[in-house]
Amino acid sequence: MSDSQVRARPADAARVLPACIFAWLLPGAGHLYLGRRGKGLIFLGAIGALFLLGVAMDSRLQLYLGFEDPLALLFSLAQMAMGAPYFAARALGFEAGKVTSVTYEYGNTFTAVAGLLNILVILDALDTARGYKG
Amino acid sequence: MRSHLLTLLAFSVLVSTVFATLLRDEPKERLRFGLYAVGAFVLSTLLLGWLMNPFPS
Repeated sequence: MSDSQVRARPADAARVLPACIFAWLLPGAGHLYLGRRGKGLIFLGAIGALFLLGVAMDSRLQLYLGFEDPLALLFSLAQMAMGAPYFAARALGFEAGKVTSVTYEYGNTFTAVAGLLNILVILDALDTARGYKG
Repeated sequence: MRSHLLTLLAFSVLVSTVFATLLRDEPKERLRFGLYAVGAFVLSTLLLGWLMNPFPS
């Protein structure tokens, strides 16, 4: 059954919060939880690939939560929006990246954009759980 | 991946896939919108690159 054949369902208040949390933890997991398998797998594949390519291109994954450098804070927040893959990559030793790599800036862009796109996916999961979308 | 063009294509395809899936429900509409978005990404990047060409590095 394609996603378009699944009409907007009545909102299920109990599933809203878990859907959003799952969506943050793993791109597409919120949609999979809500039964939107096609959408969930596409998000998982595309956003996952963006993030993995970014890490492969020597992206920095350093966590910064201070206010002295607002842009660094925003960058860290964007990457953290990826959820578990971000923390897993840090735990596996990809935290520092390689600033001398020719692909360093591309890698940073890929990982940050992956996180930002996941924020949109989380919001889509929220709308889907609320019954605003099919 | 050391090719600027390949990096551009990979980024465009992946981001366009997400946008098309978010904004369209029918598979045909998704594909059409996704291809349009990829084209827009690539063309605008090439255009901006050429516009910046006269400026010193």
